[in-house]
Amino acid sequence: MGRFSTEALPSGLLNWVAVWRRNFLAWKKVAPASLLGNLADPMIYIFGLGSGLGVMLGNVGGVSYSAFLAAGMVATSAMTASTFETIYATFARMRDHRTWEAMLYTKLTLGDIVLGEMAWAATKASIAGTAIGIVTATLAYSEWDSLIYVLPVIALTGLAFASLSMVVAALAPSYDYLVFYQSLVITPMLVLSGSVFPVDQLPPMLQRITHLLPLAHSIDLIRPAMLGHPVPDITLHLGALCLYIVLPFFVSIALLRRRLTQ
Amino acid sequence: MGENMEREKLRPKTISTDRNSASARSNPEREIKTGHLEPEPNSAPTMAIDLQAVTMIYREKTVVDSLSFGVKAGECFGLLGPNGAGKSTITRMLLGMATPSAGKISVLGLPVPGKARLARAGIGVVSQFDNLDMEFTVRENLLVFGRYFQMSTGAIEELIPSLLEFAQLEAKADVRVSDLSGGMKRRLTLARALVNDPQLLILDEPTTGLDPPARHQIWERLRSLLIRGKTILLTTHMMDEAERMCDRLCVLEGGRMIAEGPPLSLIKDIIGCPVIEVYGGNPDEISLIVRPHVERIEISGETLFCYTVNSDQVRAKLREFPGLRLLERPANLEDVFLRLTGREMEK
Ligand SMILES: Nc1ncnc2c1ncn2[C@@H]1O[C@H](COP(=O)(O)OP(=O)(O)OP(=O)(O)O)[C@@H](O)[C@H]1O
Ligand SMILES: [Mg+2]
Repeated sequence: MGRFSTEALPSGLLNWVAVWRRNFLAWKKVAPASLLGNLADPMIYIFGLGSGLGVMLGNVGGVSYSAFLAAGMVATSAMTASTFETIYATFARMRDHRTWEAMLYTKLTLGDIVLGEMAWAATKASIAGTAIGIVTATLAYSEWDSLIYVLPVIALTGLAFASLSMVVAALAPSYDYLVFYQSLVITPMLVLSGSVFPVDQLPPMLQRITHLLPLAHSIDLIRPAMLGHPVPDITLHLGALCLYIVLPFFVSIALLRRRLTQ
Repeated sequence: MGENMEREKLRPKTISTDRNSASARSNPEREIKTGHLEPEPNSAPTMAIDLQAVTMIYREKTVVDSLSFGVKAGECFGLLGPNGAGKSTITRMLLGMATPSAGKISVLGLPVPGKARLARAGIGVVSQFDNLDMEFTVRENLLVFGRYFQMSTGAIEELIPSLLEFAQLEAKADVRVSDLSGGMKRRLTLARALVNDPQLLILDEPTTGLDPPARHQIWERLRSLLIRGKTILLTTHMMDEAERMCDRLCVLEGGRMIAEGPPLSLIKDIIGCPVIEVYGGNPDEISLIVRPHVERIEISGETLFCYTVNSDQVRAKLREFPGLRLLERPANLEDVFLRLTGREMEK
């Protein structure tokens, strides 16, 4: 990372909060529309797929298909909310609106900015995931008290996808590349991670890939909890999510430093 | 933090409305004005900026070439150069946003980029292109930016009225930035740069793209900052701006310094006599006739520049050519640039 790497790392434990608050203020101005956007997609899945396929499939692993799907959608909505925020809104603030440029005139470092943006993306993921969770619980697809356990996992999921997307945003020359990421990485991940159908339906080779995907770890933590089952391998899944937060974070800082401070 | 603002408010406006001629703002006058100021709280280094043999190479292209200069605390130092001269690159290096390929930079006594974050705590920046938050109001822009310096909401809110007054935007406090005029946006950017009460201001073409009244407003604001004892690094490609504002300047071309000094002495040393601009003839033909009577001749496109102390004699000679238009004027930085580079600085 070169001689001056410490200048790019976060400058303090909480200096990123200023960046988060900036984004929160901007969000407050458009909150209703933004919330609707976060909710519409997973709702269409739950009600559309849930009622349509639910009739054909009956039960999946002892629960109704709708309950199975809803739990998957909590994790998936966290993934998409966080990813879209980062690859579109954050990318625009980094490149088109020069928002980051103004931030870099101050006592913030690149690391503070990236951390603030990631925390913000995770916040949006938490809002989206929690909203779906509330709907799911209201429809009695899940237990209310499971939400308390699920919320931190949603936040971690948001952070992991913000971190990964930050690497993509750091590398992408234009919006076209971000669309590639969305359709070639995020959509396949949705299919392979067991959000809409159980992973054991996949051919064994693909199942092995599934174990590497962050969304799969998130679903393995969220679904059993929401359905009131015990959660196996908690530390493994949490560890995997944390790895997906920490490693891309440092990679993205190195890449962004090269991109922005040439 | 708010003290300087208060001082500014209490002091009667010392700036006359005529700020057009460079001589109206000569250095002795500045010294009188700043003489009664108490020193800035932590203005320890006498050199606000020090560059030593700084080079910047982008993909084998040398954009800044072994450049050295120093900016003293309290002065307005100009970087004057045409498009692509390297002005913005230099400002980015001063902020630690670009790492020089070679050379040493110190800003406010701190090595940059090594301690750039610490240095930036004492710097205010106006960049060449607006980077305000368009969807926020004027007030929100100041609030959000202050937080980037880890200032508390209360402390920033206390400061906002004086910043609005400085920017002459009191009536626009709750207007969205996207609804402001270009001049207002630049004044807001300047006010925003003061939120951390910086000792040093780095201003990259702060008046480019503004109409004359808006430019004058910015200049007047900058003067009030100099009176408060701030140091200013100003980049511009406009000769009149450089001549009017800067105590000293450095003329850049292609990343290299081609002249350095106070504007008036540069003009005196390098040109040293008035100019007659001649339009509407064949410059080569005319130059043959007048050459014996002038100190120097420069030709730029269709315009002939005659540098001469005996203008009457030259005018008499020029009468031999019917239909010429003549403009006699004192020499300025434009002539310096033309002399040193053989071309005019395009606007
Ligand atoms: N990130 C970069 N990568 C490659 N070349 C660059 C980069 N930034 C600037 N340059 C080149 O460096 C040179 C100087 O650019 P710079 O923006 O510093 O000039 P300037 O004096 O600010 O010009 P202007 O008046 O147009 O703002 C230009 O030739 C430009 O193309
Ligand atoms: Mg520039």
